[in-house]
Amino acid sequence: MAAANAEKYKTDGTAAGNLLEWVDARFPLMSLWNDHLAKYYAPKNFNFWYFFGSLALMVLVIQIVTGIFLVMHYKPDASLNASGIPVAFASVEYIMRDVPWGWLIRYFHSTGASAFFIVVYLHMFRGMLYGSYRKPRELVWIFGVLIFLCLMAEAFMGYLLPWGQMSYWGAQVILNLFTAIPFIGNDLTLFIRGDYVIADATLNRMFSFHVIAVPLVLIGLVAAHIMALHEVGSNNPDGVEIKKKKDANGIPLDGIPFHPYYTVKDIVGVVVFLMFFSVVVFFMPEGGGYFLEFNNFFPADPMVTPPHIAPVWYFTPYYSILRANTVNFFWIDAKLWGVIFMGLGVMVFFFLPWLDRSPVKSIRYRGPIYKWALGIFVVCFFILGYLGMLAPTPGRTLVSQICTIIYFAFFALMPIYTSLDKCKAEPERVTG
Amino acid sequence: MSCDDKVDCGRRRLLVATSVAGGVAGVAAAIPFVSTFAPSERAKSAGAPVEVDVSKLAPGEMMTVEWRGKPVWIIHRTKEMLEGLSKIADKVADPQSDRQMQPAYAKNEYRSIKPEYLVAIGICTHLGCSPTEKFKTGAESGIDADWQGGFLCPCHGSTFDLAGRVFKNKPAPDNLEIPPHVYLSDAKILIGEDKKGA
Repeated sequence: MAAANAEKYKTDGTAAGNLLEWVDARFPLMSLWNDHLAKYYAPKNFNFWYFFGSLALMVLVIQIVTGIFLVMHYKPDASLNASGIPVAFASVEYIMRDVPWGWLIRYFHSTGASAFFIVVYLHMFRGMLYGSYRKPRELVWIFGVLIFLCLMAEAFMGYLLPWGQMSYWGAQVILNLFTAIPFIGNDLTLFIRGDYVIADATLNRMFSFHVIAVPLVLIGLVAAHIMALHEVGSNNPDGVEIKKKKDANGIPLDGIPFHPYYTVKDIVGVVVFLMFFSVVVFFMPEGGGYFLEFNNFFPADPMVTPPHIAPVWYFTPYYSILRANTVNFFWIDAKLWGVIFMGLGVMVFFFLPWLDRSPVKSIRYRGPIYKWALGIFVVCFFILGYLGMLAPTPGRTLVSQICTIIYFAFFALMPIYTSLDKCKAEPERVTG
Repeated sequence: MSCDDKVDCGRRRLLVATSVAGGVAGVAAAIPFVSTFAPSERAKSAGAPVEVDVSKLAPGEMMTVEWRGKPVWIIHRTKEMLEGLSKIADKVADPQSDRQMQPAYAKNEYRSIKPEYLVAIGICTHLGCSPTEKFKTGAESGIDADWQGGFLCPCHGSTFDLAGRVFKNKPAPDNLEIPPHVYLSDAKILIGEDKKGA
């Protein structure tokens, strides 16, 4: 930013040039453009895994735009209408049936929620493949984990709004997690719900958080994530710093301007993504019951828990961890252990930059131990996710307990196995 | 800054004092906002007691009524059901109801005022799901061969017996809550209050 004055736009004499010079003397338009796009030098060897950052940004835009239009017709009201249906539930049906193209906007939003998690999980996995969280990108990673936390809150609160059976009982389970906190748990839960059960007060505050508070925080965090990234520069599949080798003008030898090279490349990613997205929106908007659960097509009934209750797929790995804790020990009961481990399961990502002691960043140059560890971790994550969708049986609980132990061992033992691993030498420059 | 050597300590102290006072006022201003999260007066006043007639409830059957938005179960337990309860005292986590999940008058083996009628809040003490009835005994229940009848929580697999006592090593930490209740007559129960006409 220090060079902003020197880079100030000089008019070429045209009307547009004059206007741009006028603006640039009053607002750092060209330096913003250059710092983040035209003169932001990204490594030239980005591969498939590098699509997901820009895709996540696009899904965020889809969610915000569709959300704005849904709010115009949705009513956060748990009271029953003349037909005995909760107003909130009925207003979602109204959007689906009576609002012109309302079904499309709602399916964009509901599919967007699942798409967001698919993209973000892949984006995080990319970070673990290539060590993108390592020094000097710790803050990029931490902002990213905060975004992940916000997304989880946003998804949870958004799922309550249709006020179906799964909305209601899912929220009942998650809000009751707070009752596990010793001494203050019950009062805190009452405070969060605003009533003795999940009720209209709960629905309205979740609506407020879902449409105003969390999106504002989310946008701020996304800005911080990108600013931190552009300060330190992007990592790449080789995990070597392109800033170490610069030409006479101070431009990294292996860097290319983000715009036009990666803006154009990312358009390919966007088109392919939208193809998959459209297939879901138009042909399978319920995603086989995984994106919109069948039980949520029944209005919320506080008297009857559905016989099988499971969160939406993106929460199921953590839900499995919660359920895997069935033993009381250390004077702490199983319920609190479940909540602690579920929370730790997400929070542990914050510590990844300091748990990893490997001399190299990228999986390309790591030894076999990390490759196996990451592979087993991913398999366990999938198994936990799968078991989280099923009703608990003793056998399944045992499997989820084993996977939970492996999940945490991946992180807890990381300082040991990453320093023991036999890594290959990193190249001097990126390998294309 | 270049003028560090000319700091006016009196003005600096005044600035610090003003910032502290402003910070305190800012925190105080947050109190009304945070307080809006607590249940409103309307929500607090909505928890009126509910009167239930159990004369038509056949032995071995259960009915559900709503109190404070929660399902309250009333189970008319048969003699076999009550005998089953004593057989499993070593399998449940808190057989004597030592933890405060019931009014003092329901702190007994059957967790009820009259042994044949159980009144319990049908909300799992784990995470608030409503358990489903599994009154069939033995292997037929699908739970285990020694099953004496009770409830299974569909969410996380906690099991409860017919006195609402939680089995050992299940996610739920406590027995089901027994609400305050009182018999107005032989077949009329008032749920939500302890004393007649109180």
